[in-house]
Amino acid sequence: MEQYVLSVKVENRTGVLARVVGLFSARGYNIDSLSVSKTEDIDVSIITIVVHGDDRVIEQVKKQLNKLIDVIKVYDHTEIPSAQREIAIVKIQLTPAKRVEVFQIAQTFGAEIIDISQKALSLEVVGHPSKVENFIEIIRNYGIKELIRSGRISFARDRA
Amino acid sequence: MKGARQVIESLIKENVDYMFGYPGGVLIPIFHELFDSPIKFILSRHEQGAIHAADGYARATGKPGICIATSGPGATNIITGLATAHMDSVPLVVITGQVSTEMIGNDAFQEADVTGITRPVTKHNYLVQDIHDLARIIKEAFYIATTGRPGPVLIDIPVNISNTDCEYNYEKPVDLRGYKPVYEGHPVQIKKAAKMISEAKKPVIYSGGGVILGNASKELTEFAKKTGIPVTTTLLGLGAFPETDELSLEMLGMHGTYYANHAVNESDLLIAIGARFDDRVTGKIAQFIPNARVIHIDIDPASVSKNVIVDIPIVGDCKLILQELINITEKPDITPWIDEIRQMKLTHPLYYDSESPNLKPQYVVERIYEITKGDAIIATEVGQNQMWAAQFYKFSKPRTFISSGGLGTMGFGLPAAIGAQLGVPGKRVINIAGDGSIQMNIQELIVAVQHRLPVIIAILNNGFLGMVRQWQQLFYDKRYSQTCIKCAPDFVKLAEAYGAVGIRVEDKAGVDDAIKQALAITDRPIVIDFVVEKEENVYPFVPAGGTVKDTILRELA
Repeated sequence: MEQYVLSVKVENRTGVLARVVGLFSARGYNIDSLSVSKTEDIDVSIITIVVHGDDRVIEQVKKQLNKLIDVIKVYDHTEIPSAQREIAIVKIQLTPAKRVEVFQIAQTFGAEIIDISQKALSLEVVGHPSKVENFIEIIRNYGIKELIRSGRISFARDRA
Repeated sequence: MKGARQVIESLIKENVDYMFGYPGGVLIPIFHELFDSPIKFILSRHEQGAIHAADGYARATGKPGICIATSGPGATNIITGLATAHMDSVPLVVITGQVSTEMIGNDAFQEADVTGITRPVTKHNYLVQDIHDLARIIKEAFYIATTGRPGPVLIDIPVNISNTDCEYNYEKPVDLRGYKPVYEGHPVQIKKAAKMISEAKKPVIYSGGGVILGNASKELTEFAKKTGIPVTTTLLGLGAFPETDELSLEMLGMHGTYYANHAVNESDLLIAIGARFDDRVTGKIAQFIPNARVIHIDIDPASVSKNVIVDIPIVGDCKLILQELINITEKPDITPWIDEIRQMKLTHPLYYDSESPNLKPQYVVERIYEITKGDAIIATEVGQNQMWAAQFYKFSKPRTFISSGGLGTMGFGLPAAIGAQLGVPGKRVINIAGDGSIQMNIQELIVAVQHRLPVIIAILNNGFLGMVRQWQQLFYDKRYSQTCIKCAPDFVKLAEAYGAVGIRVEDKAGVDDAIKQALAITDRPIVIDFVVEKEENVYPFVPAGGTVKDTILRELA
């Protein structure tokens, strides 16, 4: 099953998110990642959905999404040039001895230190999902105590 | 103007004549305004009856059906009716009462999350949270319910909104940027379709409920006549094309005619119009129409290429698209094909043992057809009664067959017949029922008595939940688990207890008299208890997931 990235422009109203995700859950699809937020227009929100599925079923879900009255437009970002971003915050157990090593990794990934104590260090990394994934894999060696990730957002680039 | 008053004013502006429903605590302000309004209110005895009646009214008249139910249990009682209408694309505007906005979410008395529960079974729904939105929402609800692919729209109105004042304005036009139905078919697609049709050797028109919803029966008939292409219809498409016409193949699908299924299977071009390739039509999808290309005309883009890959999709209003096709399509040369079909009709007709001395259910349906001269509106319940009605009554006009197709809702027929009779007082409405289904909403009989509606309820009483029994007989070793319902009420006495007329018929000889006697009564409902052959089966029968080659044509000796 392939991974799909859908960017759904909707009316900023109560219940819209439930309508949108209901179309996936009704088909037994687990959404991998979800983000919802306001846009430049206060009446419009964008829902970014990352989901694995069979292409015919996803095609059908896209049509069903378009049928929802509160959905203004559905954009499929799966195969178009787009900037895709996620945030992860990770807390690791860390003795002062290993700090320099971790700082170097953080620097390589452009990760920011958001909390530090005698025994632990919390880092925030922002970027393409594959970069976030790589960062987590590397940092895993130091013993992750807590990990939290945002839903993905996706921004279509202008075509040349 | 108070919210409750705004509701009634808006319904009047939408030309609502009948409204079906049941009152309740949070609806008192609305019923207070309804009391002296010109809208005729039909009080059901169960909210499910109200919504099916609104549905029957809508199917028979083409106008939206209006239903109102109270919060909590009132609203949950209409869920089946919403799902029924949603599956069959019936335009309904449904109002539910809700607890006061500040109580919502507190498990208040008679509270239920109605917009949450109804989301998957409505075309759209609203919870009114601000009185200033009320008029706009009602106007949008009518617009959404009746345009594009029609469907039920629900408005949940908290009681404090009904009691709040604000300035009323119903004139502002509807503007929904996320909802713009397409009506005009793409001209290039239409041209391609016309060319494909004129070159076809074995074309078949497969016409669905959309042709009736889109009021395109006249155009369908003209198109079929002009091109000489045979027409089969779905269950919900019955009446869109006269079944008495020589081009008619009647119904296709699981219990369709053999010649319809054969023709579709052998076709080289299937022209689907307002139909959605339901599993009851296609059987095993991988082996459906092995040699055919497909043109699919439908107003709903999500129906296109959902179950079957389509060669030429045309999204839009079937009436407009058929008008275009009538203008530009050249008649294909299909004489051998028509001969083959004519032969198939002769060798594989619809069959039952009409020589049998026993009272056969099919015979009852045939006699109803003959005696009413096909001019009645037929409602059905669900199961064998529904299939026999579809097979042996020959439908020739749209909106004369009222049946729950997609959801298959037992208990639909009686209330739907009541709604249809109110909407079309000039025609006789006959509910062809089973002894199982009729007991699911029998309480609605009193509504027909109260309003002196001469609805005829023809119960094909075989003492079984016959369709399931038939499957048990054929596929489950005749283990009739919970399908024998011979412990039943005396339907004649039951009718009389309600103030209706009850007639029992136990042999063939009594059928015509009973039907004529019922037709002579015009001021109250009539229940005819036809005690029919107990283990009669519906044939032809393409078993679920089968193909035309698996068709069981008749009882194996």
